[in-house]
Amino acid sequence: MLLNVQNLNVMIPTQGGPLHAVQDVSFSVSKGETLCIVGESGCGKSVTALSLLGLLPKSAKRSASRMTFDGQDMITMSDKQIRALRGNRLSMIFQEPMTALNPLHTLGRQLTDVYMAHRRGNREAARQRAVYLLERVGIAKAAERLGQYPHELSGGLRQRVVIAMALMCEPELIVADEPTTALDVTIQAELLRLLAELQKSMGLGMIMITHDLGLVSRIADRVVVMYAGQVIENALAKELFENPKHPYTRALLGSVPDPSHPRMQPLPSIPGTVPSLVQKMEGCHFRDRCAFASEECRVPIPLVGVGAEHVARCIKTGAQAPNARSTAP
Amino acid sequence: MLNYALRRIFMACLLALFVSFLTYALIFTAGDPAAAIAGSASTAADAENIRQIYGFDDPLIVQYLRWVGNVLQGDLGNSLYFRQPVSEIILSRFAVTAQVGIFALIFAMLIAVPLGVAAGRWPNSLIDRGALFIAVVGQAVPSFWFALLLIIVFSITFPILPSSGLGTWRHYVLPVLVLGYFSMPAIMRLTRSGMISALETDYIRTARAMGLSERRVLFDYALRNAALPLISLSSAQFGFMLAGSVVVESVFAIPGAGRLAWESIGRADLPTVQALVLCFSLFYVLLTLLADMLNAALDPRMRMK
Repeated sequence: MLLNVQNLNVMIPTQGGPLHAVQDVSFSVSKGETLCIVGESGCGKSVTALSLLGLLPKSAKRSASRMTFDGQDMITMSDKQIRALRGNRLSMIFQEPMTALNPLHTLGRQLTDVYMAHRRGNREAARQRAVYLLERVGIAKAAERLGQYPHELSGGLRQRVVIAMALMCEPELIVADEPTTALDVTIQAELLRLLAELQKSMGLGMIMITHDLGLVSRIADRVVVMYAGQVIENALAKELFENPKHPYTRALLGSVPDPSHPRMQPLPSIPGTVPSLVQKMEGCHFRDRCAFASEECRVPIPLVGVGAEHVARCIKTGAQAPNARSTAP
Repeated sequence: MLNYALRRIFMACLLALFVSFLTYALIFTAGDPAAAIAGSASTAADAENIRQIYGFDDPLIVQYLRWVGNVLQGDLGNSLYFRQPVSEIILSRFAVTAQVGIFALIFAMLIAVPLGVAAGRWPNSLIDRGALFIAVVGQAVPSFWFALLLIIVFSITFPILPSSGLGTWRHYVLPVLVLGYFSMPAIMRLTRSGMISALETDYIRTARAMGLSERRVLFDYALRNAALPLISLSSAQFGFMLAGSVVVESVFAIPGAGRLAWESIGRADLPTVQALVLCFSLFYVLLTLLADMLNAALDPRMRMK
């Protein structure tokens, strides 16, 4: 197992009180495996990603009962040790390609800086690696591009550069935080195909953070569904799409727009809004929006096994009738 | 880059011409130069006579063009007080002022930039509070009073530094301290705010996520971005220093251009005042140009414009 996270908690102090952004989140990724973390905005998926690399804001507090990367304990790791991992064996791709690159340095300089930070090699070796990777991510005239600045490139090209940057030191695991959200749809599809292809050929483990279920269905080996700071379901991708157990997962799958949906009719959606995480909630976080909620849902609900390698945080998974709106692809 | 530079230089020349006209015209609104030259014991006829000799009866624009024509040939006129060419007098004076100014700016930046970086890296820490205190004091204390205070401490109570004149490096210490301390707060606060906003950017997060060392992140990635507005501010601060040099040179009896300007105004020595104002403004235009060039060298986006 490459990455193993058990009972991750992140608390961020705010004006209104401590915000429990991530609560008891556990998951693991093996070499070459793709884990998708799915959930709506504010469910804690990005904070989870940042906490893996130790990139949380200084005021945030992180704790976990276990957090290992390739057997090394990440909780007790010094800043220097975690920095040696970052960009080297554990890399990250961010959401906003327009602002993710330093405007004052050439692409070549930024790419080689990553290499030089971790390898003893010289600039020339770094440059060759940069040219090779830029070609791999589909950038023509790579050698010339090295002398260019970020503002001379389109968003799609910049995101390719960001991907190349993350791959500079042949990482074993890549955390991609909604890497295609800011791009238009045709480029999204192209970049996803590229990521999947790179992952396969390089044997990368990948954690893909997203809210796009269509994307998940195409690339995920395993899916973690998060809601309001908690993991509410964790299953192999096939199992999750065919046999979703948690009412939230089912509602989420039911909200995927279907082309055969009658025109001018409201699209299916989940009523209500995500609860604030400033006050710690007892019981099921989805209770107020759930059609099956009852008094029993007011006590803390553990993740329970509902199938082979399949857990859900719900006490009603077995009893109730399946959601009629569920449209598993 | 060359294109950008040529355009900036052209703009700077236009600006210099405009400023020179403005200063020329402004000095004429200050009073009748002929009466000032003639002195208090003269008659109206004397003044009229002088007016004709010096050409003060010509239209302002004609006088201005005559003056610019002479200036372009290196002739700044004769000082009414020293009775010798202005160009010979002000060159050495101006060099002294520029020298003290440059030392002061270097001193200010040596203190302000590291303090600003530390304050921006650790906001609300002890070092940030300390730097804020220094900045507030520096902004609030009038420089003539600070100068006198330094003289009392370092020249009278502990006589280790001279209080006036210019000769050895020791003469430079107090004036440079006073001038530098005056411009330090602005540079320090801008460095701090620039660092804070740079450290919050996505590209700094990327750099950190890629495992770059903290030193590289702080100085190469963040400070370089924070330095862009800093360069413009520093050139403006240097302009303020030239103005401040009038006070500082008077207090420390330094034979600089600032003190000469102050004295020449008192003596109604028009050609000297005009030449000094011209030099000050040209120098300022040149500094702004230099700052723009430096910014363009650092920021590729500027070069595109």
